[in-house]
This record gives sequence, structure tokens and C-alpha cells, in this order.
Amino acid sequence: MASQEVLREEPSRGSFINDPKIRGIFFQVLVVVLLVAGVWWIAHNVIDNLTRLRIASGFGFLKGRAGFDISESAIAYSSDSTYGRAILVGLINTLIVAIVGIITATIIGFVIGIGRLSQNWLIRKICTVYVEVFRNIPPLLVIFFWYSGVLAVLPAPRDSIGLPFGSFLNQRGFYFPRAVWGDGSWLIFVALLVGIAMAWFVARKARQRQMATGQQFPVFWTSTALIVGLPLLAYALSGFPLSFDYPKQSTFNLTGGFQVRPEFLSLYLALSCYTAAFIAEIVRAGIRGVSAGQTEAAGALGLRSGSILRLVVVPQAMRIVIPPLTSQYLNLTKNSSLAIAIGYPDLTATAGTVLNQTGQAVEGVVIMMVIYLAISLLTSLVMNWFNAKMALVER
Amino acid sequence: MQEHDMSWVRTEMVLAQPAPASVTGLGAWVRKNLIASAGDTILTIVGIALVAMILPQIINWAFINAVWTGPDRTVCATVAQGGIQPDGWTGACWAFVNAKFGQFMLGRYPIEERWRPILVAILFVALLVPMLIPKVPRKGLNAVLLFFVLPIVAFVLLVGGMFGLPHVETSLWGGLLVTLSLSFVGIAVSLPLGIVLALGRRSKMPIIKTLCVVFIETVRGIPLITVLFFASVMLPLFLPEGVSFDKFLRALIGVSLFAAAYMAEVVRGGLQAIPKGQYEGADSLGLGYWQKMYFIVMPQALKLVIPGIVNTFIGMFKDTSLVIIISMFDLLGIVKQNFSDANWATAQTARSGLIFAAFVFWLFCFGMSRYSMYTERRLDTGHKR
Repeated sequence: MASQEVLREEPSRGSFINDPKIRGIFFQVLVVVLLVAGVWWIAHNVIDNLTRLRIASGFGFLKGRAGFDISESAIAYSSDSTYGRAILVGLINTLIVAIVGIITATIIGFVIGIGRLSQNWLIRKICTVYVEVFRNIPPLLVIFFWYSGVLAVLPAPRDSIGLPFGSFLNQRGFYFPRAVWGDGSWLIFVALLVGIAMAWFVARKARQRQMATGQQFPVFWTSTALIVGLPLLAYALSGFPLSFDYPKQSTFNLTGGFQVRPEFLSLYLALSCYTAAFIAEIVRAGIRGVSAGQTEAAGALGLRSGSILRLVVVPQAMRIVIPPLTSQYLNLTKNSSLAIAIGYPDLTATAGTVLNQTGQAVEGVVIMMVIYLAISLLTSLVMNWFNAKMALVER
Repeated sequence: MQEHDMSWVRTEMVLAQPAPASVTGLGAWVRKNLIASAGDTILTIVGIALVAMILPQIINWAFINAVWTGPDRTVCATVAQGGIQPDGWTGACWAFVNAKFGQFMLGRYPIEERWRPILVAILFVALLVPMLIPKVPRKGLNAVLLFFVLPIVAFVLLVGGMFGLPHVETSLWGGLLVTLSLSFVGIAVSLPLGIVLALGRRSKMPIIKTLCVVFIETVRGIPLITVLFFASVMLPLFLPEGVSFDKFLRALIGVSLFAAAYMAEVVRGGLQAIPKGQYEGADSLGLGYWQKMYFIVMPQALKLVIPGIVNTFIGMFKDTSLVIIISMFDLLGIVKQNFSDANWATAQTARSGLIFAAFVFWLFCFGMSRYSMYTERRLDTGHKR
């Protein structure tokens, strides 16, 4: 870097030591040599250590029998499955908690963020307290609080707390009725897809017509009718194939229904609450970033306050909000690795178990890194695409 | 000029009238801030209901029903649970925090040696407080003492093994001691390293630039836990047989490198915000690269990104709690470890311990963020419009 000491482009005077180009090349070569030497030394040590510990390198171990159980799995898994499948189960669990958490955190975050800008003093203060509390404590502590402070001291299954819609809450988690899809229920999903496609088509046509003629079309109500109505119609046509399996209370436990385990529940609640505080601050900054002149000008054009918010303020605020929102989503995904502390089998936890059982430390850590990097990259790509769509189109 | 009867023109100014009662006083404030419209009133009622539901419970639990002192779990358990409290009692068990306070602060540091970390803490506060107050003179000397002399003194005092001080294994350290020393070293290392990485990322030398970009983007893309795993599982493999270093040191390296990558991006934001004219002006004065950066660019760039830097510090302070994953016991770790103490296991123990830890973390983080806001206002020169 010292090569840039002289930025003037002029022939070197006297010694070539003072030539910025030569110095630049020299320093870079030096760095490369040091790096290669360091990597070589490390590789040498690793090979030495691995042969001493009799660990075969390579990814062949992924085909071996895992031999450990995973408490929560979205796909078929048993201790006879392979190590590779165990890591896949972990990856799916990470994605599930990340996606559900992102949705919840966004909703809470927007509500709190808008609340902080409310005219109402009380609402403003409540939202400020929420943000200042959650921003300043570690996420791991929030997870522990939900796990050992709240969920672990709930009543035993015998005295479960009954909630609406036949769901229950107790020490072992949250139970709610599970939907049982009967014969012919595929028709409902097809109808849903068709409904979404038609709604999209209608929205496009309506937009084109408004651009051409200025006439508006009630897109929202039409789309809702299509997306909700078509599946309902299919449901009725295929003979009401949907039924519910309600959790039932027996002597010591609840049977039936769908169980959400406390590990997932506390991780999900903690990540949502924690990230929501940051999203709230981003939303607040975004809305305040739109100058008051925009609102006033829109009002002068005769727009009503709802339309001002929807057509003028929010689209501009979104431009400020999306880049930091992306990094919060990435943070939430990365923070989901804290699952290991309470035993929710996410990617880090399962890969860590595999790593400990096989001793394949290098491969294990590399797999973790590559998968997390891929998730980060994918999320960034999607959000960048969305950002580009929302970006200011200058004429 | 014609004579006019000007009697209808006022000859003296009317005295200023007080503002109408409808816009002053408590009533007007309530009208404006709480019941401005129908929707607003509903929101206020919902808010009051929420506060009325939650706040009394919290106060009851944390203060009125709380148990402040006691020898063991019986004071915090109901009769049914084998304690002395009436059934249906819920309250904070501060007695647990009270009994374990020494451990929460210093971990398993030997009792007879505890004066050493306490002395370090006193020195730290004695050097930090004048550093933070802008009016106290001799900032340069103070900084040298805080960032160069104190770490050496602290190292000698805490680790021991010289000057007749018995050696204390870092595996015995714990509690707030670990949290603070990890974050202090992390802060002291990550800021300079982050600046170097940010400069490297903007360097015109392609190889150095590529290396910096790869490092920053890789570290930012993976969770800290993976970095800590890396530091605890892979570093031993990287070293020749027989050479190993302390787990505490490995965690330090992991946390510092992780924070440095984030710091680099914050500093880069500041560097990008400096107009090109400043660089060119420095060049035209004949300053060299490092002079230009030190005297012209960095003072402006760092001033711009103070909030970002402090946010990274706060993030790192909170992230030190993750060392629990590689079985080291920082404040949160030691609190959690004590839940399994059969002597204190009650339904309230976990909650009380965690809330105490949360309060300590909150105090530090909130303090840092408030101090950064104050510094920002103080340094905000020349950017006012």
C-alpha cells in the first residue's frame, strides 16, 4: 500500500525503489509469497495431524451411517440414514426457522416501527421501550429466556393450557389441530395455483388499462375473490376432503394433532422479537427519510391520506429500507445457528455432531461455511432483484 | 395634507395575550397526544390496557413479591415445591443472584486471588472515565495507558505466573470478567484491523484488493458460531504437533477477526462518503499515502461512521455470549450453568438469573449507544446546514 505514496504519474527519478509501480508489484509479490508459504505450512501441518489421528480426508464419510437421532425432521430420517442426510435435515430445519422467523419479524418490525412515528404519545413510548430493550441484549439471552424462563415453567401436559381452535400449550410445546388431506385434495392446490396465476394476470391487465385509459379496476377485491374463492369451490366440488386431527388429552400426554416443540418455539420467538427491534428502527428511518414536502405535495394534488401513504410515501421509503432490511434477514438466518445452544437440530448442530463423530473437522467446517455462504448469496440476490425493481426510475 | 380623524387607528400596541387555554396545559397535551381522533383514542385505550395488564405484574414479580436474600432454594420455592412460600406465589429470586454474585462477575477465579481482577477493574474504570469525558486533558497519555499499558498490566495480573503471583488458568475465568476482556480486546484489535482491511479493499493493487474482499465477504457470510467452531476445531489442526494455544486466546482470535470484517465495511462506507476533492487536495499538498489517510481522510471518515462503529462494538459485546458454544463461561454462560445447581433449582431461578444477565448486558449496550449519540453531537462540526 505504501506504493501509493506517490500518485503522480511521472518517470521515476533516480533509484527504482521510489517507482510506485515497481513497489506495488513488489509488495503484492511479497504478500502472495507469504500467503502461499502460510497455506503450505498449514496444509503440511493438517496432513501431518490427520495421518497421526488416522483420519481419512475427503467427503466419502457423508455416505456413512449416521447412528444418531434427530428430534425434529421435515423429511424421513432415522439413525440408519447417512451423514449427508443428517446434514440435509439440519439445513431444512435452518431454512424453516429462518423463513418463518423472517416473516414474523417483518410484521412485528413494521408495526413497531410505524408505532414509533405515531402521533399517539403512549403508543410511541411503548414501541420505544420495546426497541431499546431488545436491541441491547444478546439474542442468545432472549432464546434462553423463552426456553428456560417461559416455556420450561409451563404446566405439565396433564394440566395443559387450552387455547382457542382446539390447541394446547404445555411444557412439551404447542399443540394444534393437524389438517388431514383426503382423496381429491390435490384439486384444491391446483385451484389455488390457478387463482394466483389469474390474479396476477388481472393485475397486469388492470395496470395496462389504467396506463392507457386512466380507468381503475378493483384489483384487490378481484384477486382476493380469485385466490380464496377458487380453492373453496374446488373444496366443495371434490366433496370436502379436508378434516382435522385434534390433539386429545390423555392421562400423561397429549395425543394427536401437530406438536411444535419448545426448542423450535423459543428459537422462533426469540429471533422474531430480537430482529423485529432492528427492523423497526430501519422502517422508522425509511419513513422519516421521505421528506415532508412529498406528503404535502401529494396532499396538494388532492390525494387522500391513505393514498398518500400507499402511492407516495411507502414506495420511496422502501428504497431506503430494502438494503438494510436484507442484511437483517441475513443476520436472522445466521443467528438461527444459535439453535445449537438449546438443542434445536439446525445445520450447525447436526454438522457439529457429524464433525464430532467422524473427526472430519476440515470437511465439516467447510460444508457449514459453503452452505451459509450460499444461503447469504441467494438471499442477497433475491433482495437485490427486488431492490432493483423498487429503485428510482429516472426519466 | 388633509386633516383626518385618525382616532380609529390604535396608537399603542396591544399587550400579548396568553395562548388560549385550548392549546396549553395538560388538557391540550392530552388532546393532542392521546385523543386527537377516534382512532387515536382507541389506540390509547388499547395501550393503557396493555400497560395496565403487564406493568403491575412485572413490578409485583420483580420488587414486591421478590425474595432478596436467603441461604438456599427453600426461600424461592412454594410449599408444594418444598419451600416456604405460599402456594401460587411467583416472584423474582434475587437471593439466587445475590448468592452467586461473585461467580457471575469472576467465574471460578480462585477466591483468595480475586483482588487481582478487582484491581484490574478499578484501573480500567480509572483510565476509561477520564478518557470518556472530553474536558479532561492529556488524552494522548491517557490513550497510551488505556490501550497499551493497561493490557500488559492486566495480562500480568490476571494470568499471573510472574512476580510471585500464582498462575491462574484461563479455564477458571468466567462471568463478566470474560465478557469484558473478550470485548475489550476485540474492540482494540478489530478497529485498526478493520481500517486496514477497508483501505485494502479500496487499494489499487489487485491482489491485495482481492484478498481483502474475499476475507470480508466470507466472514460476513457465515455465523459467528461457525467462526468459533473454526477457531476451536480447526486451529489445533493447523499447528504442528504438540503446539497448542489457550482456548480463551482462540476465542479472542475468532471474535476479533469476525468483528474486523464488519468494521471494515463500516469504515469503507465512511471512506466512500469523503469527496474526491479531499483526496486530491491532500495529493496536491504533497502528502504521502499514509500521511494523507492519517491527517485528511480518516479523521473525516471515522467521524462520519461513529454510529456504525459503535453499533459494531455493541454487536460484538453481545456476540461474546456465544463463546458458551465452545464451552467457555461468560456472564450468560455462568448464569446458565448455575441453573443446574440443585441447591437453587426452583421455577423462578432461570427467569431471575436471565433477567439479571439481561440487565447487565443492557446497561453496557445502552450506555455505549447513548455515549455514541453524545459524541456524534459533539463532533458534528461543519456539516450543519
